[in-house]
Amino acid sequence: MIPAPFDYEVAESVEHAVELLGGREDAKLLAGGHSLLPVLRLRFARPALLVDIGRIEALSYVRDAGDRIAIGALTRHHDVVGAALLQEHCPLVPYAAGLIGDPQVRHRGTIGGSLAHGDPAGDLPAVLLALDGEVDVVGPEGTRTIAAAELFRGPFETALGPQEVMTEVRVPKLTGDHGWSYLKFRRRSMDWATVGVVAVVKGNGSIEEAAVGLVSMGATPLRARATEQALLAGESDPAALADDGTDPPSDTNGSAEYRRHLVRVLVRRALEEARPG
Amino acid sequence: MRRVSLSVNGDQHELELEPRELLVYVLRERLGLTGATVGCDTSSCGSCTVLLDGESVKSCTVLGVQADGHRITTIEGLAENGALHPLQESFRTHHALQCGYCTPGMVMAAVSLLAENPRPSEAEIRHALEGNLCRCTGYQNIVRAIEAVA
Ligand SMILES: Cc1cc2nc3c(=O)[nH]c(=O)nc-3n(C[C@H](O)[C@H](O)[C@H](O)COP(=O)(O)OP(=O)(O)OC[C@H]3O[C@@H](n4cnc5c(N)ncnc54)[C@H](O)[C@@H]3O)c2cc1C
Ligand code: FES
Ligand code: FES
Repeated sequence: MIPAPFDYEVAESVEHAVELLGGREDAKLLAGGHSLLPVLRLRFARPALLVDIGRIEALSYVRDAGDRIAIGALTRHHDVVGAALLQEHCPLVPYAAGLIGDPQVRHRGTIGGSLAHGDPAGDLPAVLLALDGEVDVVGPEGTRTIAAAELFRGPFETALGPQEVMTEVRVPKLTGDHGWSYLKFRRRSMDWATVGVVAVVKGNGSIEEAAVGLVSMGATPLRARATEQALLAGESDPAALADDGTDPPSDTNGSAEYRRHLVRVLVRRALEEARPG
Repeated sequence: MRRVSLSVNGDQHELELEPRELLVYVLRERLGLTGATVGCDTSSCGSCTVLLDGESVKSCTVLGVQADGHRITTIEGLAENGALHPLQESFRTHHALQCGYCTPGMVMAAVSLLAENPRPSEAEIRHALEGNLCRCTGYQNIVRAIEAVA
């Protein structure tokens, strides 16, 4: 219940955080702490140093960035839920953020922490993937942008280097021709998704674009590519292909077989809900 | 060790903390405020809920050093001049507790809810308590107690 000892430094800026990360082997960033502290308490990890970026207020914002909405990495789930710009232009993101954990978790956890943690059971990674969003990260060599499709590498593994700090998340503005849905299936309201399904569909009459993101169906968040292609080709039952190419886990929330069935049901419902117009 | 300055229920405290000390233990063991309890080791039960700058948080999932410079309110800080907070009074009159272990966390979660949404519906109250577990009451009277104040 009590973490192993570690040193603690407060980063005053992103550059300072990068510098602190570089100064020590086995240093880790601390944002909202709502993924990291549970892991430390169970002593599944024992970093030597925590670099607290939670006080960098400049990284908490939601801004209009032309055809995209930019969200500071330190923006808490609670503030994502309440952001008028997101409600107007990309309501999928605040809707999904509002289903994370419980109010106490949303008062602390951040969007950057959710994405950097790389939990295949997390809600926002699959949302970012289905939206073809992107993130900015700053490291010793400067800033680079990582597309969502490149970000998630394995369970709890992302494309971020050990000295990189995620600073901004960008999602596209959806238009009147877009429909969306997020269905999170779970046994108790505070739980992670047994399976989650994100659908974003564009079209006026016929379907022009379709993206389906899956939570808890493999080692990373996934896209249901076979379903997407079947949908664009106008096939009759695209949801039947929803578990193609997935590798769902078996755990106390459900067996792999159960998840394969569940994902087909949820994708069918999500596509109904997301149908534009 | 790190010097930390905490305002708890309006009192200023200067403490020397080990970075790994969780806020709930800072409150319970350093300051003797045992209202916030520890009911799990998975951040699930909510019995440790306190307010940080007026918003509910699970104090088992916040480091004492993260709270440096911030304002903490615990169940011990709700009563004013010896009069119970209306939610505390309502929990009593509606029989919203049995063993009482979850109660400080329930009340603090409710205080945070009503600060954000003074007139919640029954469904909103139930939703706002999703991070707080009670093994005794079956929740009905907890929801009624909060509805009566809202
Ligand atoms: C009880 C409970 C229930 C939850 N339920 C859900 C749920 O239903 N769905 C869900 O998706 N999540 C859930 N979560 C997780 C929650 O969303 C976390 O807030 C989130 O996963 C991590 O964000 P954080 O800011 O707390 O990150 P932290 O815990 O501080 O950090 C997590 C990891 O990301 C790294 N990191 C953090 N910020 C950055 C950054 N800016 N740049 C680079 N690396 C960074 C850290 O080094 C660490 O490795 C739950 C958590 C709890 C405690
Ligand atoms: S002790 Fe259970 S959530 Fe904090
Ligand atoms: S009254 Fe006993 S746990 Fe809630």
